Amino acid sequence: MAIIKTEDLTYVYGDGTPFRKVAVDHVNLEIDEGEMVGVIGHTGSGKSTLIQHFNGLLKATSGSVYIDGERLWDDKAKLRPVRFKVGLVFQYPEYQLFEETCYKDIAFGPKNMGLDKQEIDRRIKETAKLVGLPASLLDKSPFELSGGQKRRVAIAGVMAMEPKVLILDEPASGLDPKGREQILGLIKEYHQEKKNTVVLVSHSMEDIAKHTTKILVMNKSKLFCYDDTAKVFHRAKELEEMGLAVPQITRVFNRLKAMGVQIGDDVYTTKYAKQLLLKMLANQ
Amino acid sequence: MSYIHIRGLEFSYVNELEEPPVVNKVLKGIDLDIEKGEFVAVLGHNGSGKSTLAKCINAINLPEKGEVVVDGLDTIQEDNLLPIRKRVGMVFQNPDNQIVATIVEEDVAFALENLGVEPSEIRRRVDEALQTVGMYEYRMHAPHKLSGGQKQRVAIAGILAMKPDCIVLDEPTAMLDPKGRNEVLKTIKMLNKEQGVTIVLITHYMEEAAQADRVVVIEGGEKIMDNVPKKVFSQVDIMRNLGLDVPQVTEIVDFLKKQGYDISNEIITEDECVEALAKLLQGRTEQ
Repeated sequence: MAIIKTEDLTYVYGDGTPFRKVAVDHVNLEIDEGEMVGVIGHTGSGKSTLIQHFNGLLKATSGSVYIDGERLWDDKAKLRPVRFKVGLVFQYPEYQLFEETCYKDIAFGPKNMGLDKQEIDRRIKETAKLVGLPASLLDKSPFELSGGQKRRVAIAGVMAMEPKVLILDEPASGLDPKGREQILGLIKEYHQEKKNTVVLVSHSMEDIAKHTTKILVMNKSKLFCYDDTAKVFHRAKELEEMGLAVPQITRVFNRLKAMGVQIGDDVYTTKYAKQLLLKMLANQ
Repeated sequence: MSYIHIRGLEFSYVNELEEPPVVNKVLKGIDLDIEKGEFVAVLGHNGSGKSTLAKCINAINLPEKGEVVVDGLDTIQEDNLLPIRKRVGMVFQNPDNQIVATIVEEDVAFALENLGVEPSEIRRRVDEALQTVGMYEYRMHAPHKLSGGQKQRVAIAGILAMKPDCIVLDEPTAMLDPKGRNEVLKTIKMLNKEQGVTIVLITHYMEEAAQADRVVVIEGGEKIMDNVPKKVFSQVDIMRNLGLDVPQVTEIVDFLKKQGYDISNEIITEDECVEALAKLLQGRTEQ
């Protein structure tokens, strides 16, 4: 069953003013439970507006959002549990840290869920381990940590609520390549371990290609497509026309194909490119 | 002497609130020469000291030891501050933090007004700068309605209007989508090639650094590599160990070379990679 489902979801900013802008335009979408979904789209394509509907931060101008089969906003009292079910990590989440210690900061969400002390403690320790935060740092002020560590604390704070859906908006932005790999790697690990749904918004096609199995493409407020990663990157030309890109390695292989080299599949990760090249060279 | 001449540069951040004050030494003796008209990319992981270094070039940071001399002007002398800032402009990561006015052309004119430039000359330079970065048609727009790439180009225009010799850009594309990244990089390259502006580009995107004339790698406050991009990126294992990366095309050819295939690992662009792979694949077919 779809964990997230939208029906004709439309959101208009500044309705009734001269600045009226349709940010999300009749989006119909079904995301199955357990997927690792990448969301791409140019700046202003509506991706951030779209994901803010998934946990009821925004109320659709028209259309509906269903989470786990339940329609949001039918009963306002039911929104709170939805926010625990769908965790949202904003861009630069480290700016939202506020507590005296990392431990207390991570505890904030679980505490609000009304969990008992023991359970909160268990979750903090588990998520701290998951995000690679040494236990010795838990009693430190988050403001004493490095940028990469702060971000781990912020992500752990959302993971500790054990949401069925974890949405992250550009979790790796501003980090160096190693930091990027570490953050994305831990998200992938979390996904594999917990088997719940992860939605990852990113401008890096290389990262999306490497870590997600499905891609949702937003273009000019509309859903352009929602499909398997390979199938989406197959549409290289259309993606480039809408200001997106495909991974560098995909461009190389597309050009080789155009030159008449026989390449069966689409290539969008370096890992697959290496396997394929070895096979091709061995066969010759 | 080179245009930007750095010798034995040391710099520390001091937290005076602690008792005793906590000293964090970020730059530990850097020597670097950048010639006029060069396009230099600076790489290093978070916390390596590259942004601190960048801020030393236009005298936002002053050396604790050693010297930074720009166009013959030593940054340590206070009288040189204004002339240096006129020569070296900086563009930062977040476009929203550097735009001050409510209309694009007013923002570009901001520095010129502060410098007391004649109004007619301001008009001329603002128009020229906006045309150069391809934002002239947006001159009457509100900056907050522009895309990230457009905002960064407006920020660059604001610097250009001061007619600098050199622009230092600190991760100018980190917050942009692929199209915005492309727009900004194209603008940077055009300024360098056509107008001879010296460029120092700090970036985490290896494909951007690959387009520079030279790549400088900073690690733990020291310069550990300084060479043409081919020579830097072909050291794939070293780059990885530093927490950096190489372009995907370099990763692939390096892998093939290590597997014993006859291919150069000094490949950093898509064109070179396509050519080399085609040769390798087709060369074998003919045998």
